[in-house]
Amino acid sequence: MTTFFSAIGLVLLAFFWQVTLSGIARKVVARGQKRMGPPFYQQFLDIFKLWSKGSITHGFIYDFGVIMALGGTIATLIFVPAGNFVVFKGLDNFFVITYLLAIGLLGMAMSASGSGNPWASIGVMRGLTQNLGYELPFLIVVLSLIYDYKTGSISGIAEAQQGMGILGWNLFRMPLGTIVAFVSLLGMLGKKPFDTPIAPAEIASGPLVEYSGKHLGLLMLQHEFAQFIEVGLFVNLFLGGGTVIEFLIKYFFVYILATMIGNVMGRFKIDEVVAFYLKVPLLLAFIQALIIIFTGLGVSVWL
Amino acid sequence: MALNENEKINEIDVNELDCRDTKTFWEKFGNIFRSKSLWMLHYCTGCGAIELPPTMTSRFDMERFGMGPMATPRQADVLLITGYLSVKTLRRVIYTYEQMQTPKYVVGFGSCTLNGGIYYDSYAVISRLDYYIPVDLYIAGCMPRPEAVMNGFRTLLDMINKGEAKGWKRYLKYNDWYKRNQIRALGEVYVKDEFHE
Ligand code: SF4
Repeated sequence: MTTFFSAIGLVLLAFFWQVTLSGIARKVVARGQKRMGPPFYQQFLDIFKLWSKGSITHGFIYDFGVIMALGGTIATLIFVPAGNFVVFKGLDNFFVITYLLAIGLLGMAMSASGSGNPWASIGVMRGLTQNLGYELPFLIVVLSLIYDYKTGSISGIAEAQQGMGILGWNLFRMPLGTIVAFVSLLGMLGKKPFDTPIAPAEIASGPLVEYSGKHLGLLMLQHEFAQFIEVGLFVNLFLGGGTVIEFLIKYFFVYILATMIGNVMGRFKIDEVVAFYLKVPLLLAFIQALIIIFTGLGVSVWL
Repeated sequence: MALNENEKINEIDVNELDCRDTKTFWEKFGNIFRSKSLWMLHYCTGCGAIELPPTMTSRFDMERFGMGPMATPRQADVLLITGYLSVKTLRRVIYTYEQMQTPKYVVGFGSCTLNGGIYYDSYAVISRLDYYIPVDLYIAGCMPRPEAVMNGFRTLLDMINKGEAKGWKRYLKYNDWYKRNQIRALGEVYVKDEFHE
């Protein structure tokens, strides 16, 4: 029973925190362009407005894919620890999260292809191609982390960084790997240089082109939850988790930093995205993995 | 397209409709959110479109009201007819309008959408927009300045909040009338639908 309530609590926490942050991120983008920007709760208004609108369906696959994307993402979300707030103790394995996260992505892809719009197919194709790009460097860095800590548990890795204060964070023990993971995080969040899948000016929002009203509202919610998972993983793995409050503060800084970097960037073409990821971050990830394998944990030799 | 004077076009008064009786609690509740977040369709027809970039960017900053551009009609709430509408464009506007989801609003820019403006009596340009799609709000001017556009948007948001912007209900109720006017201007068209064949 406590597991049930803490799962509900985690989902609510993710909803309120991430949706508020999305609104703040819109404000940050606006200030970057010397505008006032919308109020910080604008994202809530948008989501609730979408739920109050009518929407149409393009068949069973289209509806089912939306539910599958949202359900799969929420199922992934409750495995992600928020600092020391872990719903399933001992089960928060990195591999569980990686596999479950694919359900949300595939549900989205299935549903978008089911809408029959050619822009949607192009967008899905771009999304999956981009996935191919950022997964590889990210997985290599995380696997070398797992190799070193001898555990795949996210909260285990977060706790292992606690002892030495701020110098114990993987951010300082393996800066190369952190940079690679952050660049991958930009791709996962779909921030600017890597927002190829939903390029509104070229392919009319890509996968989202046929969604309207309630469907779009559910998918926006799914997107917010997916962002919570991705940033949460980064904070737990590289910034040392901490208590819930510390976790949320670190989360804030990582998310706003990603937004600000995205704000000053142009957009890559899809082939440039993959070529970039498979050149620089992959190389850095290999170097990081070799350092870890041959010298112990990262640069802990001199820390 | 100039209308045939012998045909009596306006035999019913479509603007008479009072939709207040169908305004339920949830509709009032939804109107609060709808009036604080309005997405416009990135679709431009005439000269008035040139006033939209300054309205969107730093100087006038339309995002303060929660308004933003959307790339596809499925996601948009408001359709801006920014000026004269040739008969060719009218067909696309009707397709676009019918793809939008139900609480949807139309704003007409400038005198061309009101009475034809300088294109009055042209063979290729329609002279009154609200014969073909229901218009909630007109913004005066040839062309309206960004201040006027912002003012118009504020008025529209207030109208939505009070439930007065009900053009989409009019379109549902008097669909025959609108369809007849559309066919009179455009002629019957055979739409080849390759996807569903
Ligand atoms: S009203 Fe004036 S500015 Fe607007 S479309 Fe007509 S001619 Fe152009």
